[in-house]
Amino acid sequence: MDVSFILITLLFGAAATYFVGDKWASRAALIFSTAAFAATLYVIYRYNLGEGVSYAHKWISNPRVILGFQADGMSLSMVLLTTALTPIIVLTSFGNLFPKSRAFYALILFMAFAMAGTFLAVDGMVYYIFWELSLIPIYFIALRWGSGDAETRKKDVVKFFIYTFAGSLFMLVAFIYLYTKAGDFLDIHLYNIQLSKTEELLIFLCFFLAYAIKIPVIPFHTWQANVYQKAPAAGTMLLSGIMLKMALYSIVRWQLPIAPNAANEYKYFFIALCVAGVIYGSVLALKQTNLKKLLAYSSLAHVGLIAAGAYTLTLDGLRGAFLQMIAHGFVVVGLFYAAEIISRRYGTEEISEMGGIRIQAAKFASMFMILVMASVALPTTFNFIGEFELLYSLAQANIWLAVLGGTTIILGAFYMLRMFQQVMLGDKGGKVFADVTFGEGFTFIIIIAILIFFGLYPKPIIDFLTPALQKVLLNINPIN
Amino acid sequence: MENILQEIGIDNYIYLSALLFCVGAFGVLYRRNAIVMFMSIEIMLNAVNLLLVAFSTYHQDAAGQVFVFFSMAVAAAEVAVGLAILVAVYRNISNIDIDNLKKLKG
Amino acid sequence: METNLALLLLLAPLAGFLINIFAGKKLSGNLSGTLGSLAVAVSFAVTLFFFLQVNNTGEPVMVNLYTWMKMVNFDINFGFQLDQLSLLWLMFVTGIGTLIHIYSISYMHDDENIHKFFAYLNLFVLFMMILVMGSNLLIMFIGWEGVGLCSYLLIGFWYKKQEYNDAAKKAFIMNRIGDLGFLIGIFIIGYLFHSVEYNDIRNIIASGEADIDMAWLGIAALCLFIGACGKSAQIPLYTWLPDAMAGPTPVSALIHAATMVTAGIFMITRLNFVFDLTPDIQHIIAIVGAITSLMAATIGLAQNDIKKVLAYSTVSQLGLMFMALGFGAYEVAVFHVITHAFFKACLFLGSGSVIHAMHGEQDMRNMGGLKKVMGITFATFMISTLAISGLPPFSGFFSKDEILMTAFHHDKVLWIIGSLASIMTAFYMFRLVFLTFYKDFRGTEEQKHHLHESPGLITFPLIVLAILALVGGAISLPGSSWLNHYLAPVIANPAQHHALGTTEYMLMGIAVVGALIGIGLAYTKYISKAQVPPQDSEITGFTKVVYNKFYVDEIYMAVIVKPIYAIGSFFKNVTEAAISGFVFGLGRAATLIGAQGRYIQNGSVGFYLLIFVLGMCSVIAYIFLK
Repeated sequence: MDVSFILITLLFGAAATYFVGDKWASRAALIFSTAAFAATLYVIYRYNLGEGVSYAHKWISNPRVILGFQADGMSLSMVLLTTALTPIIVLTSFGNLFPKSRAFYALILFMAFAMAGTFLAVDGMVYYIFWELSLIPIYFIALRWGSGDAETRKKDVVKFFIYTFAGSLFMLVAFIYLYTKAGDFLDIHLYNIQLSKTEELLIFLCFFLAYAIKIPVIPFHTWQANVYQKAPAAGTMLLSGIMLKMALYSIVRWQLPIAPNAANEYKYFFIALCVAGVIYGSVLALKQTNLKKLLAYSSLAHVGLIAAGAYTLTLDGLRGAFLQMIAHGFVVVGLFYAAEIISRRYGTEEISEMGGIRIQAAKFASMFMILVMASVALPTTFNFIGEFELLYSLAQANIWLAVLGGTTIILGAFYMLRMFQQVMLGDKGGKVFADVTFGEGFTFIIIIAILIFFGLYPKPIIDFLTPALQKVLLNINPIN
Repeated sequence: MENILQEIGIDNYIYLSALLFCVGAFGVLYRRNAIVMFMSIEIMLNAVNLLLVAFSTYHQDAAGQVFVFFSMAVAAAEVAVGLAILVAVYRNISNIDIDNLKKLKG
Repeated sequence: METNLALLLLLAPLAGFLINIFAGKKLSGNLSGTLGSLAVAVSFAVTLFFFLQVNNTGEPVMVNLYTWMKMVNFDINFGFQLDQLSLLWLMFVTGIGTLIHIYSISYMHDDENIHKFFAYLNLFVLFMMILVMGSNLLIMFIGWEGVGLCSYLLIGFWYKKQEYNDAAKKAFIMNRIGDLGFLIGIFIIGYLFHSVEYNDIRNIIASGEADIDMAWLGIAALCLFIGACGKSAQIPLYTWLPDAMAGPTPVSALIHAATMVTAGIFMITRLNFVFDLTPDIQHIIAIVGAITSLMAATIGLAQNDIKKVLAYSTVSQLGLMFMALGFGAYEVAVFHVITHAFFKACLFLGSGSVIHAMHGEQDMRNMGGLKKVMGITFATFMISTLAISGLPPFSGFFSKDEILMTAFHHDKVLWIIGSLASIMTAFYMFRLVFLTFYKDFRGTEEQKHHLHESPGLITFPLIVLAILALVGGAISLPGSSWLNHYLAPVIANPAQHHALGTTEYMLMGIAVVGALIGIGLAYTKYISKAQVPPQDSEITGFTKVVYNKFYVDEIYMAVIVKPIYAIGSFFKNVTEAAISGFVFGLGRAATLIGAQGRYIQNGSVGFYLLIFVLGMCSVIAYIFLK
């Protein structure tokens, strides 16, 4: 059993979910996504035993494209994130009665398939195909099952689609150019091409455009808040929990090793841009009146820090980036789920119309509180591990970058606690808010358990990631 | 065969077919009747055919003549389809003036 | 064995927390309170065991659980270090913690969420123990942030009132400003020493081999001090502590007087070998401490809320401790931490007892004459007040006197500031006592009717703490100090202790006379002249400035918070719109080109053909004429 089995499970699951019909679709999706998760665990188990779990098959002879999926610490950990979050995301949708739910759940699984493929692909063209493939399901999910006025939603979703797609085309150009030099798309061959300084910079920028839009890094972020707000909760979770990690992962996997000299030369510029995004997102989050938009901007701030860590080109930075990607994936799914529960019960996402929930729903308040604390990177949560390594790597690059990036722990506490106070505390009376149901509580507890367990004992993940990152670093900093 | 070429000279064939091609092209551009345009297209095709045959002889290579057969077959097929379209158009708008076919404008 | 015991130390409050948070609703209030107290009592017992062991052997107990984090340069262990310093702190954290838990059973009896209260208190004790037990800076940081969280939860315990939530939020955020400094300090330390373990750092410094960049070390020390400022409420990060009094009174006693706020002093004492290398930073610490002490004491003079007075007095006392730290007299600071924990916990609990009797009334202008009804509370309160005022033979006299003596030998100006603060302390503390316990009752008839002495569960901790406040000074008598001897292994460069000579006796005399002057002033004003502080609207002049805490909160609001919001608005309304406009502009440009371009597609077949032919011709022409 190799990694392709995970992909097949997801793809088959998507088809099966579609064909079992609306009534059973959610359950089928849950079963297949859990199966994919189990498959991932088994693959990782075998990988740790030292068995070969990669997959390669000749696909197209001209241009030379190889249907190859590579398993290493980086890709497997991200696939694990994907397949672990997918059942959770499916679970969070259980409370919703969607029209045409079979298509909805099938698209979620299809999206998971495409994203897992992106993480695993070893061939640039296959990677690109999966990368674009993941855009299609999220487009339909956001467009068809989103909330709010249909016209404005359409406008925002189409903007998102065109925006990210346009960015990706630059990446395609870069890949084609690299192909003319290397003769195929295999990553290791692409790493080793000799490029002139200008070429490398242009390639670097092409990749950057694709990733900066997807992550998003300021000033390419304007699609984000609106789409996060208007997409259905599951769509937002897919976007923020996993899809933007594709771009962060790709920075480490493709951009940096392919254009290492450009990365080294201009790293301070890109770190500074990302750190500016941290502050920008945090300050903007303070001014948001819509709960989901607030979370969207907080996400902007967090991923800015992750990207900054990745661009430091140090082991601490890369490792911190990966750890924080995983942690952020879980916490952001949890937070958006909490927001979704509130908006389901209150029928509004405006913070000013909320308040006094804690009196009525103590369990919900406690769980939300833990997620808020994880989001502000309280030690003993997984997010702290990532944030500590990220800030440490920034401090090694330049102490002021760490100070500026570190403002996220102050501003983050500021806007999150402010939000928590306005949404949950106080005594407004009036509106009824039922406490969490068993299913909701179960979902929260899974997320919280993961966050706290790895916050106290991150060693398995660190040990799993480190060799792969060291290998990548050899390609990024060949001199050291 | 060779004497024909020797007597008349390859350049005359070229002139003739160029002339024919131009006549056809102007016909296509100038006339508005679809049938006439079709005929003009045929003239252009035949001009090319003539040139192909002439060069085929000149180079002592039968491939050119094979091409002519192909292009004649294609032209026949094209006319069949084209005339069928024209019949359909005529049934719809009762004439075949191309100026009336402007539904495709952007 | 030792590992298990150390784990038991931590797991007891953890278990208390988990039981209370998950099953608390089903337990009765008394039961959950008993469980909570028991959990901390178990920790106290274990601490006592370790304390005796380490006191006998002198060997610290090291417990290393596993590797927590890995950095390129160093690994971070999840390890604990039970040495003289951490055990000393554990002793009074768990000891006073137990007493306050017991007190809370009665004090919080009627609260519907009492189980949560005990859960949070247990959680606090857990994090506080992690803070002091950690064997490296990161473990300390876990506790450091954890106690901040608990402080947030407990200040905002009565979450229905948004003012309390504001206070809680403020405390958390101000602490986080300090935490960022702490983190940066950790980064630099890690970078310089390739380790964050105390023992490693100490050994590297002691060996003198490593070439340490002193400039960076200074910045690290400064950053760590900023962290300490946040947690221990020093200028400029002190304003959260008075607001934190919104929490239930036992919380104020435990967290915001006795334990958590001393974390900054613990940290600097822990890292004394680092701070010893950076005399400039030490000087800054001493100055900040002295100014904080004076400023807080000044504000304390004019407060009318009984808990606010105590809060500012806490800030002021912490300032004195920092002053001692700045002079490198770590033992002295620790000594004052301990005596302060005793008498300040007692004072807070006593004020809680008063508030309990007054049904939530905290304004001293509405109290008076409570001496007659609340004998035990008054007696314990009086002892602690005498202690904090620095009169012999109460514990506060010894510790405060040592601080002032140290100050006298290092810096006369700071000595004067410290002495002034002490005189003010004596004044406002006796002002508090006189207004609360003497003269006639000034509250409503209904309140008067309800006045009563608090039940045994409340008075018992008061009595214990008062006894400690009375005799606590014995651990470090001038001349023969048990404490200095005990702490010697953890402090790299012990302060020079001056033999008791004429100067020293004279200084003691000055301190006592100063305190007596303060008390005398308070007596004339509030007993002889029987004055009552005026109502809020009648306060004028400089008193008004002091009463309003020098408007520091307002200044912070105007200088920091408002601008951040303004920038936020600017980003939201201008920048976002501009970027979004640009992106949409690209789309609009494409639409515009299309709108114009579509006229070329006019539908005329003849036109298309003409273009087609012209195009062909130009291609051919290009090929041939090239």
